[in-house]
Amino acid sequence: MTVTAWTAAQVARKVIDNKDLFILDVRNADAFEDWKIEGHKFEYLNIPYFELLDGVEEILPQIPSDKDVLVVCAKEGSSIMVADMLSEAGYTVGYLEGGMKSWSMYLEPIKVGNLNGGGELYQFVRLGKGCLSYMAINDGEAAIIDAVRFTEIFTKFAEEKGVKIKHVFDTHLHADHISGGRHIAAATGATYYLPPKDAEEVVFDYTPLTDGLTVQLGSSEIEVGALYSPGHTIGSTSFVIDKKYLLTGDILFIDSIGRPDLAGLAEDWVGDLRETLYSRYRSLAEDLIVLPAHFMIIEELNEDGTVAKRLGDLFAENHGLNVEDEEVFRSMVTDNLPPQPNAYQEIRIVNMGKVTPNDEEQTEMEIGPNRCAVR
Amino acid sequence: MIKSDVQLDAKGLACPMPIVKTKKAMSDVAEGQVLEVQATDKGSVADLAAWSKTVGHQYIGTSEDNGVFYHYIRKCNLETSEAMEKSFEPTISNEEAVAGEGLILDVREVAEYAFGHIPGAKSIPMGDLTNRLNELDPSQTIYVICRTGTRSDLAAQQLKAAGFTNIYNVLPGMTGYTGELQKEVQ
Repeated sequence: MTVTAWTAAQVARKVIDNKDLFILDVRNADAFEDWKIEGHKFEYLNIPYFELLDGVEEILPQIPSDKDVLVVCAKEGSSIMVADMLSEAGYTVGYLEGGMKSWSMYLEPIKVGNLNGGGELYQFVRLGKGCLSYMAINDGEAAIIDAVRFTEIFTKFAEEKGVKIKHVFDTHLHADHISGGRHIAAATGATYYLPPKDAEEVVFDYTPLTDGLTVQLGSSEIEVGALYSPGHTIGSTSFVIDKKYLLTGDILFIDSIGRPDLAGLAEDWVGDLRETLYSRYRSLAEDLIVLPAHFMIIEELNEDGTVAKRLGDLFAENHGLNVEDEEVFRSMVTDNLPPQPNAYQEIRIVNMGKVTPNDEEQTEMEIGPNRCAVR
Repeated sequence: MIKSDVQLDAKGLACPMPIVKTKKAMSDVAEGQVLEVQATDKGSVADLAAWSKTVGHQYIGTSEDNGVFYHYIRKCNLETSEAMEKSFEPTISNEEAVAGEGLILDVREVAEYAFGHIPGAKSIPMGDLTNRLNELDPSQTIYVICRTGTRSDLAAQQLKAAGFTNIYNVLPGMTGYTGELQKEVQ
């Protein structure tokens, strides 16, 4: 039987199209427990490859013959070994090219909707890490928000669409992933914006992203407007695009809210977080579609693979927006927080421009889930 | 360089090869001996520790130098070593030995000692003991310690046979030790 190499893009299709997939994850138990490929209808078996060196006979009864089987490991070597053994035993299986490393890096661009006068808004879903980036295009111009570090994906996409990148924003100084924002701006001549309160330690030039700042895309009236919304960080800023979409950064997610501790000041910022979520956002139109910078669980994906929901629905359903008592809220977002994202302190320093690790080091830093939320 | 009995060069090899090679190399290592695996694959750190646990070998530790990982694994056979009778008397507890006046003699392998020992303990691996008796003072009180009390039991018997009089076997040994550890590696 044959062994097929699957790309991360093919696996992403399975996730977005709600397909069945049986994943044999041969990384060690801790790594699997910490982080795996999530799909609505995926089944899993975790057996470390080093327990299979003498053969796969013992696990054969657990391998289904009526669905696709994908063997996954950290980089691909071990999954090829195990896939070959299964193939020799008569099974048709695939392995993930580049392993979890390539899964962590893959981005799927999905159209969220049309903008006034022929524009479009795209969400770039990084399934493996739960990061969401955005590109709004209109009349030959583009604005990018919260770009991850794979800058070519964005510049190529803009090329294909025939638009020039004019504005690049980061809603805040990220702690879970390395920003591609200023590199895209440098490569395209676009303006790079960062909230000044998050940028006190950065060592590169930027344009301050302040409350009320608006930019226009092309000739028609598509407004990208900044709304100061502190709490995850002191500088965190949201965007309202075309009076239709609310980009919340790491303040508000679909099924959770932002955590205030990743820059080390949970106690100080919890009041800001409360103010943003319970008063500033409350004054906005409930029909705005919330587009966050992250998702944590696969259930937050819509049927078309986007991560988006009406603000009014979130006020009704999101637990973090429905904690009446301020003290209960305070303790929820400061006590018993989940573990911090992998290497979050180093990542912040990279995003300040203080160090520039090589590609492999950046990949290492970003391994694992994003963990930016409290539920 | 930490002393080991057998060395395996798995540098430049990607997963799964470091483990495949380690497994093969282990078959030529005698029980109780230490294998040093040199690898450059970062995944080898977590995987060799987990693999050792799965098959019952003792994963001692990993040190890194210039992008190369040096892993130390001691070959064990759980059925024989853990179940061995400890017969030497007198014995003494970890706490009493640490508080006592005598010399703590650590008879584990050099690599085990390097990755964490009681401060002030002297290292003579059990296999070297008969050749290195001259480093010890027969009139001194000596507390012999190893990982689980088995090797120290044998070492204590050897010392007694050599005419040492104030010898104690420390139980339960380093597996039960929770105090400060001194390390010879980063």
